[in-house]
Amino acid sequence: METLNFILPPSNYVAVMPQIVLVATALIVLMIGIFKKLVNASVIGYTALAGSLVALTCVFLSGQQAGPSATFAGMVLNDGFSFFLTLVICMIIVLTILVSLNYGRFFENIKSGEYYALVLFSGVGMIFMATAGNLILLFVALETMSICIYALTGFHKDQLRSGEAALKYFLLGAFGSAFLLYGFAFIYGATGSLDIIKIAGFIKSHPQILHFKFLVAGLVLMIAGIGFKISMVPFHMWTPDAYEGAPTSITGFMATGVKAAAFAALIRVILVPLAPMEHSWVTIMWVAAFLTMTVGNIIALVQDNIKRMLAYSSIAHAGYILLGFVAGTGLAQAGMLFYLMVYAFMNIGAFAVVALLCKKGEEFNSISDFAGLGFKYPALGLVMSVFLFSLAGLPPTGGFMGKFYLFTQALRSGYIWLVVAAGVNSVISMYYYLRVVVIMYFKPQPAENAIVLNSVSPGIVIALAAATTAVLIMGIFPSYFLSLAGNSIFSLM
Amino acid sequence: MNHLSFPILSTLIFFPLLCAILLMFIRSEGGKNDELLRKIALVASVVEFLISLVLLKYFNDSTPGMQFVEFAPWVRSLSINYFVGLDGISLWLVIMTAFFVPLCVLCSWTYIKEKTKYFLISIFILESAMIGAFVSLDLILFYVFWEVMLIPMFLLIGVWGGERRIYSAVKFFLYTAAGSIFMLVAIIYLYYFSYKTTGAGTFNLLDLYKLNIPITTQLWLCAAFTVAFAIKVPIFPLHTWLPDAHVEAPTAGSVILAAILLKMGTYGFLRFSMPLFPYASHEFIPVIAFLAIAGIIYGALVAWAQPDMKKLVAYSSVSHLGFVMLGLFAFNIEGIEGGIYQMLNHGLNTGALFLLVGMIYERRHTRMMDDFGGLAKVMPVFAIFLMIATLGSVAVPGTNSFVGEIMILVGAFRAYPVCGVFAVSGMVLGAVYMLWMYQKVMFGPVTSEVNRKLPDLNKREIATMLPIAVLVFVMGIFPGMFLHKMDSSVKYFINQYQQKYEMYEAEKSGNPVATHLKGFKIAVDSDAAFHNGVYSRGR
Repeated sequence: METLNFILPPSNYVAVMPQIVLVATALIVLMIGIFKKLVNASVIGYTALAGSLVALTCVFLSGQQAGPSATFAGMVLNDGFSFFLTLVICMIIVLTILVSLNYGRFFENIKSGEYYALVLFSGVGMIFMATAGNLILLFVALETMSICIYALTGFHKDQLRSGEAALKYFLLGAFGSAFLLYGFAFIYGATGSLDIIKIAGFIKSHPQILHFKFLVAGLVLMIAGIGFKISMVPFHMWTPDAYEGAPTSITGFMATGVKAAAFAALIRVILVPLAPMEHSWVTIMWVAAFLTMTVGNIIALVQDNIKRMLAYSSIAHAGYILLGFVAGTGLAQAGMLFYLMVYAFMNIGAFAVVALLCKKGEEFNSISDFAGLGFKYPALGLVMSVFLFSLAGLPPTGGFMGKFYLFTQALRSGYIWLVVAAGVNSVISMYYYLRVVVIMYFKPQPAENAIVLNSVSPGIVIALAAATTAVLIMGIFPSYFLSLAGNSIFSLM
Repeated sequence: MNHLSFPILSTLIFFPLLCAILLMFIRSEGGKNDELLRKIALVASVVEFLISLVLLKYFNDSTPGMQFVEFAPWVRSLSINYFVGLDGISLWLVIMTAFFVPLCVLCSWTYIKEKTKYFLISIFILESAMIGAFVSLDLILFYVFWEVMLIPMFLLIGVWGGERRIYSAVKFFLYTAAGSIFMLVAIIYLYYFSYKTTGAGTFNLLDLYKLNIPITTQLWLCAAFTVAFAIKVPIFPLHTWLPDAHVEAPTAGSVILAAILLKMGTYGFLRFSMPLFPYASHEFIPVIAFLAIAGIIYGALVAWAQPDMKKLVAYSSVSHLGFVMLGLFAFNIEGIEGGIYQMLNHGLNTGALFLLVGMIYERRHTRMMDDFGGLAKVMPVFAIFLMIATLGSVAVPGTNSFVGEIMILVGAFRAYPVCGVFAVSGMVLGAVYMLWMYQKVMFGPVTSEVNRKLPDLNKREIATMLPIAVLVFVMGIFPGMFLHKMDSSVKYFINQYQQKYEMYEAEKSGNPVATHLKGFKIAVDSDAAFHNGVYSRGR
């Protein structure tokens, strides 16, 4: 009878409280969705919002607990890094739901329970990706996130390009997942463990393994697999199509949440257990960083669709963040986290503005649709300009500070030419960000088919105001956020 | 050190910003509050100017160091500080910035009819950033202000500009941004270098001055800074954005651009690249001097060929800024003081010319010289002011530019006589095209019937021009009043420069590179020669 004696491992439920809250909310939202006819449709969205706010509060309350620890038999790591990423991802979820509430006024299907449930579930996946201590959990989390996102991408069921985008994303994403899993298998083969901490210990005690082909193959495949998710060149092909086809509220979510989670996973698996292999991956990262930012920026120059432009810009930003891997110092990794946070705010903000420009069942995605909006809606123009200038890396915005921090650390590690290339890239990027500003402020609004903003919901106003404030505060008073990011990276288990 | 307990520099930086925020909350639908907005802006900018005059009262001209210093940590983890201060070099530039903003508000009173509120907000944000850039002593703080300046200027050109405004605005923005990104990389490298050598990375300019940077590194870093500043000055052949930006910008934009933004480049050389990289700067002398001369002559010739008055003035800027660069890179007290003085003079004269061209454009909606003629009879007051600005611009004795250009030439002749000879030709050409323009527009018969009914300047316009006209003469007749304030700072600057240069040369002694530099004997004793009557000052 002893075999049946199942012992629950000692677990720290507080550590996964945000996830629990999010899952519970998702289930409730699904339930409410069933009784759609009985209740007001907006209840669904507000329930999701309330749940995600509770999750955010949980993150704050749990705070940075004393000392990093592993729980659930090493499956979940509870350290400063988890705290930081959970915080960022929860904020992204809240902002996404706020944007969706407004976006749902133009598209009936967005109001459904499934939509919000999928957002929340994928959010849970993201958080687990960032907190996973075991490669299997990491993979499951990645799939949880990805499958939800595939479905969300195709959520405009009546639009052909939405379905096309979902299919493309799904097929290429499946490849990416397969690569990733294959890589994990190699690593398991080389080290005999799937537990990140045990792998780290094994590699430390067997340094000769560093030249073992299996481990190198595992590393490369893993980078490729996660590279798909962060749209690292040359694994970026799906990005523009998926971003363009997806509902705009989801595009913002994809561009920030998925990227944050995937970068978190990359940091977890590469920087901790595989840190001794630095000589192998620094070159890969160097080339990837250079290609990613250059390709992203150059193709973005010729885009006329703002969602595609922002898609390429998000590729370029992945390149800037990769600088942190190349630089390799602890502060550089803190810079990556800082950048991920700023990037989340400025990018969701920009997509939120794009999501505002809709009418019933139709999105306005052409850059020329912004003509004249700057003076017609000064507040809208102002926040959009702040986001764009921040994306371009102009002071005094958070985007500048993030770039500056990464550049500083990369230079400190001696990668002068890479930093020069990144600098040239930011000048290139200024051109296309500026183009939107030019069109917003310098071009008159066309007489026919003029975009009229109907009364905006208070939710989106709060979201935009919060994102703008965050971007500016992170640019003017970055100290707090830098130390937050620094603490989190140094407590990385 | 100055013991003014009041944080005057922060006030100067942030007061305009505060005004901009205040203006944001005034409703302006359909332009119904425009008059109120303009009045508030005028009062606020005059108050700002008065505050800047307080600097003059408390400025101690016997110490070369930074005064009114304020220091507060900003980003501790990167040791970025909010560190501002003022010395004799930046004093007048700050005051001039505050001086021009009220004039810009005045000259736009009727010129800017649309979106007045946003126009004024842009001007105020610009003023904040400009003053901030002039007083920053932390490289990152400086860079932040330097970049922030771009956005309002970009909007000024792009929203209220002429026909090709979008092209010009984007060109202006990208040129400057492209230059400054290299400066940013160089700044970060400096930080890294200070970290390596002293163990504590710093962006503090005064600490970075003390660094001993290896020569090759210095050349690279100096090149990066030079590109950024050379674009802003603009030094030939990086000047192509300037005529476009000037011509398309509204009058106030052109005035600020010419009077203050261009000075940002020359100031940058003086404050950053020359003292930080003395050896490399010295190495660059031949290049800069050649380009300065090329700019002087090229700018003058192209200006001569312009049918459009505003373009003529714009190209004349290229020529005048060549003079300034020549003076600064002479590395002697006449040259540098002359250079700084000429920065102020060019601001006044060119600012005045742009204002006047703007006034006539407002009346006739053309700036082509062929459309005018005989205006002196129709608009006598206008003619007087244009005369003063023209004379100032061609450096007639008694006007401000005369002092500046003579000092520059004296400096240039001492440092590199051949360049001096060429520079003089620029002065002659300057007289040619300016007087040629004046003659075409003002004298002769009234060619067009429309011109016969042009109203002369009104009270507001006279109020705009009068302060400049008075200053042109004051600065021409009593230059000592102005130069005296910068004496000790400039002397200290040259002293430091020479010490460091000699140190580097000693380090490099035996190296063939140093030999060809023997010709440039930089003399500290130039002070003595200077006061013994090379140019006697009206103190």
